[in-house]
Amino acid sequence: MTPVELLAILLVAAGTFFAFVAVVGIVRLPDLYTRAHATSKSDTLGIILTLGGVALVLGADVSVAKTALLGVFLFVTNPTAAHAITRAAHDQGIEPWTNGDETTVAEDSAQPTEAEE
Amino acid sequence: MAVEGLIDTVLLAAAGAFVLFAIVLVYRIVAGPTMQDRVIAVNGIGTNAVVVLALLAAALDQPGFLDVALVYGLLNFLMSIAISKFTVERGGVI
Repeated sequence: MTPVELLAILLVAAGTFFAFVAVVGIVRLPDLYTRAHATSKSDTLGIILTLGGVALVLGADVSVAKTALLGVFLFVTNPTAAHAITRAAHDQGIEPWTNGDETTVAEDSAQPTEAEE
Repeated sequence: MAVEGLIDTVLLAAAGAFVLFAIVLVYRIVAGPTMQDRVIAVNGIGTNAVVVLALLAAALDQPGFLDVALVYGLLNFLMSIAISKFTVERGGVI
């Protein structure tokens, strides 16, 4: 096995791992906004790493240019699409998910205004 | 078209894993709860399909699959933008 093939296998394995992280995030996270964060960051990194491995396997050819173009295109469009969907949800008035800690922080920040009164 | 060597086996295994991830994402489409959750999941399935096409192009030695992947990625992005625009401005698509 040549070092290039070893690097390609490592890149594809790392990309598959990050795509797995993104899928776990989309299934397990509590909210639309947190799910969009999972798909826009982790999934994009997994795609870039996997396409880098594919480009190494393809070798010097016009196919490498197409793979690089695919990688650049997905690198731009995947976060943009997630941002557009999330912004549409925000315009529709979908509230972000909060847990108990958020309410205590809000109470702490509300106390100085009560003191001013 | 022939599968030969370790590298092609690894690429095909990665493609199978990406297909499995896409099947898992169908849970989010079914469960929802909001429409944007479903769009996010469909977008994720589309990007997974693009990566599967690229992996198959390398593993099966079919460079034509890369063109299909490029067009699929373009249409996937257009789908997300069109749906997100449609949900905000009812009927005022694009």
